[in-house]
Amino acid sequence: MRFNKTYLALAMTAILVTTGCSSTEEEGLADSTQGTDASTSGYNDGSMSGSQFGSGNGSSFGSGSGANLGPEFSDPNNPLSKQVIYFELDSSQVKQDYVPVVAAHARYLASHPNQHVILSGHADERGSSEYNIALGEQRAKSVERMMRSQGVTAGQLEVVSYGEEKPAVSGHDESAWQQNRRVEVGYQ
Amino acid sequence: MMLITRMLVGGILAGMFTVAQAAGLTIEITKGSQTAVPIAIVPFAQQGSIGNVKLSDVISSDLGGSGFFKTLSEDDMLTKPSEPERVNFKDWQVLGQDYMAIGQVVGNGGSYNIQFHLFNVHNGQLLMGYRLTAGANELRRAAHHISDLIYEKLTGRKGAFNTRIAYVTSVRRGNGKQFMLQVADADGYNPRTIAESPEPIMAPAWSPDGSKIAYVSFHTKRSEIWVQTLATGQRESVSSYPGINGAPAFSPDGSRLAVTLSKDGSPDIYVLNLGSRSLTRLTNSLSIDTEPTWSPDGSSILFTSDQGGKPQLYLMPASGGKASRVTFQGDYNARGRFSADGRSLAMVTGSGGGYKIAVMDMASRTVNVLTEGNLDESPSFAPNGSMVLFAANRGGRSALSVVSTDGAMQQKLAFESGEVREPAWAP
Repeated sequence: MRFNKTYLALAMTAILVTTGCSSTEEEGLADSTQGTDASTSGYNDGSMSGSQFGSGNGSSFGSGSGANLGPEFSDPNNPLSKQVIYFELDSSQVKQDYVPVVAAHARYLASHPNQHVILSGHADERGSSEYNIALGEQRAKSVERMMRSQGVTAGQLEVVSYGEEKPAVSGHDESAWQQNRRVEVGYQ
Repeated sequence: MMLITRMLVGGILAGMFTVAQAAGLTIEITKGSQTAVPIAIVPFAQQGSIGNVKLSDVISSDLGGSGFFKTLSEDDMLTKPSEPERVNFKDWQVLGQDYMAIGQVVGNGGSYNIQFHLFNVHNGQLLMGYRLTAGANELRRAAHHISDLIYEKLTGRKGAFNTRIAYVTSVRRGNGKQFMLQVADADGYNPRTIAESPEPIMAPAWSPDGSKIAYVSFHTKRSEIWVQTLATGQRESVSSYPGINGAPAFSPDGSRLAVTLSKDGSPDIYVLNLGSRSLTRLTNSLSIDTEPTWSPDGSSILFTSDQGGKPQLYLMPASGGKASRVTFQGDYNARGRFSADGRSLAMVTGSGGGYKIAVMDMASRTVNVLTEGNLDESPSFAPNGSMVLFAANRGGRSALSVVSTDGAMQQKLAFESGEVREPAWAP
């Protein structure tokens, strides 16, 4: 059986080599002197560098570092000790039970105008990640509006949404999802 | 395309599997195709210095994993020729093979000379003969290239085996997590961390030439969009407006990013010119408008909007303007992505609480649901449009999965520790 050997040098770049195969059986491609120098290859040889972002304190939950909060924030009988607000499914309406909690924080903030909080909004894991970022923001803004209407100034409130990226509870059932649909009141 | 589980056992392959150990991946076929074409890839004869990659195994995994082929196990081969003159086609006809490939690898100092031949078993016709050279670390890439050549020869379609994927993994670290944006070969090998942070990273998006990745990072405690050049690791923040900075998508000419910003009230679609940094607002509504993606011809932008109550997909001119609704099936459709030829659209579709991956044929607008999970998300087409990569959560473990666009074949790529999400197939 006669056949022609053809030559193809594997290009050492990150770009896909396209051979332009046609319907003929044997393809001719010029023998290239480009070659086998591994150092010119693309990402595969480590020439792709990583970027390390600086370490944060890793948590946006609950009170931030540096907040000097009184004992009422850890007294379980005081609504201020609740720093997570919960929501109904697909809703940015605060659950009825938590309306007084938002009110308590709003009262505190209105009387401590130098106190800042970050309201971080979250969604459960279902559906697409970026849409869930938007849902988380809606929830945080909902709490922000409630607080503003109760005398908290705009400068005291910052809103951020983590969508489904920072669940409070790992789990894949309604109980976990309910605990992840939340806004955290993070005192700074 | 993906390694099959039999590679995880077998003494002679143990050395090769240690390469995969670094990736921490296990791969398993969860659904096979009934109409796959039988092909045998005979182990290549090796001479000289021997590399740590068995080419025939990589090629078999690639072709078998594509769903088009069913590869013959080496244990079932009656003979293992490496030269065309030694091939007895009856040995392969009796095994029911339609095609077979043989080859040789000659190690030569730091490089390898590889040659292979592809035959039609039924009539003994030589379909293809190739010789290639590969450097020391290039054996997997050479194997993927051979897979592309065979695949294209026999299916008429370009292969996607020499391609890359990006994804986000996270592992527990102390009281929190460490998030890593990684790029790996499409079969999960050679993962490289290109960015990491104790705060979430999401939404990786490849530039059309594959040289850059845009992504969202929360390391400043708010969302920002970064564009990073892979070869140098250099990155810059291109969008850090108040509120949401999310869902970056490169235009087909690479000059612009479509993004989601909520700085003017509610999340809307904007286009950022990467050269001038000028911003053009495309949507202006009280609803959530997010997850923009360009049509491959650059004329339109598809996006997710809940203007109708729940998320659905809409299409508008790339310069903005009236949007028309695209999805009408199911009560939730989001995160649309076009195939490279623009003929298909993958999406996350939800009804009755479960979220699956579906593909719409743009000409007929018919929708096929491809997956059976309940928490599937982030679909991304292979560059040849034959497969969709997505993130799945099954039995509490997160994994990346690949499904062929006809739904016939599915494979899972699972990480041993931590979570994996947000995959994006390089162009």
